[in-house]
Amino acid sequence: MKRYSVFAIAREALRHHTGWERAWASPLPKKSYDVIVVGAGGHGLATAYYLGKNFGITNVAVIEKGWLGGGNTGRNTTIIRSNYLQDPSAAIYEKARSLYETLSQELNYNVMFSPRGLLMLAQTHHEVRGYLRTVHANTLQGVVTEWIGPEQVKKLVPIINIDGPRYPVLGALYQARGGTARHDAVAWGYARACSEMGMHIIQQCEVKGVTQENGVVTGVETTKGHIGTKKLAIVVAGHSGQVAEMAGFRLPVEAVALQALVSEPIKPCMDVVVMANTVHGYMSQSDKGEMVIGGGTDSFNNYTQRGSFHHIEETLRALIETFPMISRLKMLRQWGGIVDMTGDRSPILSKTPLGNCFINCGWGTGGFKAIPGSGWAMAELVATGQPGPLTAAFGMERFREGRFIDESVAAGVAH
Amino acid sequence: MSARLAKGGRLIDRSKAHRFTFNCKWMRGFEGDTLSAALLANDQMLVGRSFKYHRPRGIVASGPEEPNGLVNLGKGDRLEPNQRTTTTELFDGLTAESQNHWPSLENDIGVVNNYAARFLPAGFYYKTFLQPRAAWKHVFEPIVRHSAGLGKAPKDRDADRYEQAYAFCDVLVIGGGVAGLQAALVAGRSGARVMLLEQTGHWGGRAPVDGVEIDGQPADAWVKTTVQALEAMENVTLRKRCMGAGVYDHGYVLADEKVADHTPGDGRPKHRLWRIRAGRIIAATGAIERPLSFAGNDIPGVMLAAAVRDYVVNFAVSPGDRTVVVTNNDDAYRTAIALHQAGLSVPVILDARLTATGALPEQARKLGIRVETNRAIAMVQGGKRVKRVSICAQAGEGAVLEEIACEAVAMSGGWSPVVHLWSHCGGKLIWDEATACFRPDAARPPLNHDGSAMVIAAGAANGALPAADTLADAHRAGEAASKPAGEAPKATAAEEAPMEAVWLMPQGAPVKLRAKAWLDYQNDVKVSDVQLAAREGYESVEHTKRYTTLGMATDQGKLSNINGLAVLADALNEHIPQVGTTTFRPPYTPVTFGALAGEARGEIFQPLRRTPMHDWHDAHGAYWEPVGLWRRPYCYTQGGESHEKSVHREVLNVRNNVGLLDASTLGKIIVKGPDAGRFLDMLYTGVMSTLPIGKCRYGLMCNENGFLSDDGVVARIDEDTWLCHTTSGGADRIHAHMEDWLQCEWWDWQVWTANVTEQYAQVAVVGPNARKLLEKLGGMDVSKETLPFMQWADGMLGGFRARVYRISFSGELSYEIAIPASEGRAFWEACLAAGAEFGVMPYGTEALHVLRAEKGFIMIGDETDGTVIPQDLGLGWAISKKKADYLGKRGQERSFLADPDRWKLVGLETLDGSVIPDGAIAVAEGKNANGQRNTQGRVTSSYHSPTLGKGIAMGLVLRGPDRMGEVLDFPKIGGGSVKARIVDQVFYDKEGAKQNV
Amino acid sequence: MLILECPYCGVKAEETELSPGYEAHLKRYGPGASDDEFESYMFARKNPKGVHFERWRHVYGCGKWFLAARCTATLEVFGTYPAQTSAPPPDLIEAIKAKRPGWEGYK
Repeated sequence: MKRYSVFAIAREALRHHTGWERAWASPLPKKSYDVIVVGAGGHGLATAYYLGKNFGITNVAVIEKGWLGGGNTGRNTTIIRSNYLQDPSAAIYEKARSLYETLSQELNYNVMFSPRGLLMLAQTHHEVRGYLRTVHANTLQGVVTEWIGPEQVKKLVPIINIDGPRYPVLGALYQARGGTARHDAVAWGYARACSEMGMHIIQQCEVKGVTQENGVVTGVETTKGHIGTKKLAIVVAGHSGQVAEMAGFRLPVEAVALQALVSEPIKPCMDVVVMANTVHGYMSQSDKGEMVIGGGTDSFNNYTQRGSFHHIEETLRALIETFPMISRLKMLRQWGGIVDMTGDRSPILSKTPLGNCFINCGWGTGGFKAIPGSGWAMAELVATGQPGPLTAAFGMERFREGRFIDESVAAGVAH
Repeated sequence: MSARLAKGGRLIDRSKAHRFTFNCKWMRGFEGDTLSAALLANDQMLVGRSFKYHRPRGIVASGPEEPNGLVNLGKGDRLEPNQRTTTTELFDGLTAESQNHWPSLENDIGVVNNYAARFLPAGFYYKTFLQPRAAWKHVFEPIVRHSAGLGKAPKDRDADRYEQAYAFCDVLVIGGGVAGLQAALVAGRSGARVMLLEQTGHWGGRAPVDGVEIDGQPADAWVKTTVQALEAMENVTLRKRCMGAGVYDHGYVLADEKVADHTPGDGRPKHRLWRIRAGRIIAATGAIERPLSFAGNDIPGVMLAAAVRDYVVNFAVSPGDRTVVVTNNDDAYRTAIALHQAGLSVPVILDARLTATGALPEQARKLGIRVETNRAIAMVQGGKRVKRVSICAQAGEGAVLEEIACEAVAMSGGWSPVVHLWSHCGGKLIWDEATACFRPDAARPPLNHDGSAMVIAAGAANGALPAADTLADAHRAGEAASKPAGEAPKATAAEEAPMEAVWLMPQGAPVKLRAKAWLDYQNDVKVSDVQLAAREGYESVEHTKRYTTLGMATDQGKLSNINGLAVLADALNEHIPQVGTTTFRPPYTPVTFGALAGEARGEIFQPLRRTPMHDWHDAHGAYWEPVGLWRRPYCYTQGGESHEKSVHREVLNVRNNVGLLDASTLGKIIVKGPDAGRFLDMLYTGVMSTLPIGKCRYGLMCNENGFLSDDGVVARIDEDTWLCHTTSGGADRIHAHMEDWLQCEWWDWQVWTANVTEQYAQVAVVGPNARKLLEKLGGMDVSKETLPFMQWADGMLGGFRARVYRISFSGELSYEIAIPASEGRAFWEACLAAGAEFGVMPYGTEALHVLRAEKGFIMIGDETDGTVIPQDLGLGWAISKKKADYLGKRGQERSFLADPDRWKLVGLETLDGSVIPDGAIAVAEGKNANGQRNTQGRVTSSYHSPTLGKGIAMGLVLRGPDRMGEVLDFPKIGGGSVKARIVDQVFYDKEGAKQNV
Repeated sequence: MLILECPYCGVKAEETELSPGYEAHLKRYGPGASDDEFESYMFARKNPKGVHFERWRHVYGCGKWFLAARCTATLEVFGTYPAQTSAPPPDLIEAIKAKRPGWEGYK
């Protein structure tokens, strides 16, 4: 495959860009593979990529019901951070964040990782204590974060209102190397790299059943026929429960709608990502100039990819309170995604009752930022059949044992 | 030159002139103008620059689909970026500035991107800026960001206010064209509650411009009569300037009414956001004309044919002396005829079809207008303004046959129904071959709560484009939403011959032309870009959209989507319906954040809960702390003292004299009934059923996972009544928790609950002088003998009806007194007066925290965080061993929770007397498999104790209670560490001598 | 923005008046239950794309909990009924079957 570079662009410009190759092939499925990954979102594609890169397993198919990157990978607010409280979370999110640092070069595809800095505002004394706890934890976890005062917050985000009246800003948890990336590009970059390794990315191919013999998966029934496999990885976010049901086990997840919105584009006015959990809102500015805003989740099972308006209203109220100047911007578009929530709101990367079947789900509202780390860890789980250090704590047996990984215990919430 | 015509203009009032500025230049317009019309009347065709290549952009449309005419409207605290000129009504004193250029609109440096356009195809940034790594963040990204973005970022707090209104109706009709009016009329006559919304300031939509006749009279006259008939109906509400923005589930509709956009600063709210519940929604939202894709179709002066007609007929604005019309349908001939009737020149009508024999082409020919078939535009020439067009055969590859000089081009590629509202909640579309458009599929509508069709599309929005069909279809829609209503009025207009789908002009355009044929004017997406995306494998319509940014501009693809889709389908060799559309998302056109947020700003951004003593606190130096929706005094500052000093003073005063705490926010829930005791035994880990009347008992509540969720003192009031105190933040949550279990699990138990938190003010009187203070108030015997620790009594205290609980959260002699809320403030002041001689002072939440920490009492939210069980906190004594069951018991039996090697609560005392930093973590030897430092405990509460003059802390430590005396190491942020010894958590008055007096 | 009719007070309640409570008809497992039973009660909740039985509380209304049968894919509401029951009413089951012939039924 031809490498992307400024020289390649120049070369192609001279022939009106007629020489560009397909970014990924679109093959028909083979009879069988060493590994089938169900779900060509960021997590599924990253799993396939690291199976090839770290374990030399390239006889892999990634099968996708719709179009690759079309689920939550293409619907999130693109925030990347690893300032998590609990050790297992911090480990996998920091792994992901550090992989994001060099992902564009690694994939030869600009995913526009922008470590512009991320602030989580503290607006109650309780929140201050929670974030101080996080900073202490991060220091021991090797995650670089710091606590900053209100004046520093104002310096980093001149458009912010730190004076209340209802919730004055008391300080913030700051991760200077947190930021954003271009979500679609992450999926596309991984897809291109997988395709280059000879893996098959099969879109418009819906799984209809999981075939098994003696507790071992033998393949999947799809809308493109039966495809055999030695190992199966289920990485389908909002629809995890559906696929698990086909494989014959039930997951501790519930699917709910999470919403987001963007404003019309304006000239750059905010260089960092700001999350305000007391008032429930978070915002960043995209490279196009849109203010990208995350809303809340509904608390009822929902597969419609649209949510309830009152969450948008609450979020905008919170953000106008925090950034009064946005009042005259306009909402350009709102949308929803389906996220799967577990009992402790942390993900599941786990073996399943079926020996050669593995599951990666339950990222809730925090999946995008984890993609490279999740794929890295999942590849290890699938390749070796055993949880590695990054996945050890995320097995689904933790619920029966009571071994929760609960991030909501800090003042922070998972986004 | 575009200019104002001497005569005509059905929407303008020439007797009312308005002055306005564009880029600081004064211009004149009339009442009734849109900003677009006024700009064109002043020969201002160039209004902005495109997003990527900074190409000159002129007005293309006359409605909300406009992609180019975007301005910074107003100034300072009324600056509104990206305001659409086509939907902005002109008013006197309006100021507008064009966007996305530097230093000026005429001379924009950013246009270098245009000359480098060949090097900046779709998705170029994914392929470049890869090396060196740091350059993306520090060099490339800032450049990309700066050159992107459109309008200015406002700097100030919004000067305007917004309001929200709620409405309920049986039938909501969105769109006030003839279709909407007819549908509303039918529904209104049936007696249904009807609401009719129109986004502009005028009723009637396109029909009057297009010369339609209804029941033998001009459309204008029919519109007037129909509006009058609707206004006369009490069951019908009409709103102009009100855009149906979004359809949400179960008939919920948002509509944005521009109340004072055209009269800024007149005191009215800027916008009113309508939140409507409708039984049925009729989407009579009309259709939008499509551009044609030919080289140079983005040069200012190239406009939609219907828009040209609108400007001529509605505003008497000429787009230029000579307008070339280019079309694939009959409708555009109306534009040629309108221009001709206005005395303007139409050098030629270029019709891509092989024949043009309909009534309209015939009429045009009769007027002497030259009509050429199988013709296309090879290229529009011009820079900031159209100069001439080169003509070629549509069937060919662009060989120029002729060049014609002109100032404007009116193009029409056919019409697309506005299906947005139909689609927001999942209504499906079908492809209509005859008119080459997607229209609503009536068999697959969006569903209402009962499974019925929630939206009915009517008129042009339903694909019924010719005027006669439109009205009949709207009549039918009105009937479907209400009941049969007899004959529909008859609309007549010139018959139209079939159009022919034309997606590229000429059909064999080479890449040189395709790279200049624009699809998305604002985002600079060309035919060649979509073809490139398809070639590179971005085959899904969503991939193409995201890769090229087609349809992602502020018009959300209203002009570009179908054309782009067709180009993509062609590139993939597929049929358009197989390729499908992208998803239509709310809002239809962008809605101001302020309107969506409504009145909830500043102090009333969220509801504020106030205790009866709130105003007293405010007047006496309270430094507030938000606690849920409450505000509680963190401390009361005196003079210029720091908060820290205030807290120390308050703590010492409680220990030495007497303090008052406003404890009204504490949750108070009455649990009553024959089974109340049994119920509380399930709810609390301890036993409450055996509590004697008149006594109090401390209780813990867990969730089913076993984790501690709340605590508080329970008082037995009488045989079947208990009063449960909860934490301040927990009252509503715990009350809901109780009702959940009572209603959904133990519904046969006879128990009733009532949350009486706000019915009582509660004052804690705390300190060695507490009893003296109460005795001074008088009226009740509060002696040790009559009212011992953990008992309560009712009585009259200082003339107030009081319930006095002898409980303590500080280790001091302490009473908590509940008073009817209405008397709370008076009682508080009576306590202060009575306590003056005993040194009484109010104290806040922080002093409360210090006092309880000195005594080793836990605080929900500090010692607990949702993962802590009572056993971790040494609270085993509050867990009944005898009970077979309580909520959380089974959860606590799970292996991880039953593990003896858990982190458990202890006291921590620094070796040097300093305060351990909040949130500090005790390290253990080595690192874990992920390279993280091993840990063995953490601080949960840490304070300077003014009483003891040193730092005190509590913490959870691995097997802590078994390790008394061991020293732990707590690293500090930024280096160094604090060493602390594991000690008993009770730092003050271990024997409890002070509270038992 | 859903509308659900409260079976107690008859109000067609806005979603904002209601508080959702996930799966209905859960059987509680307390002390003495096996690990499997407890795990399934607490975590292995039904999560169907289709007909779902769930709990709602009319929290800013009459305060009552009630149950609803709702499609999670279209949000159609088949019916609501009081919470004091351990299985959906038979006539509601029939009504759903009539509307969704392919539905597997309540399990």
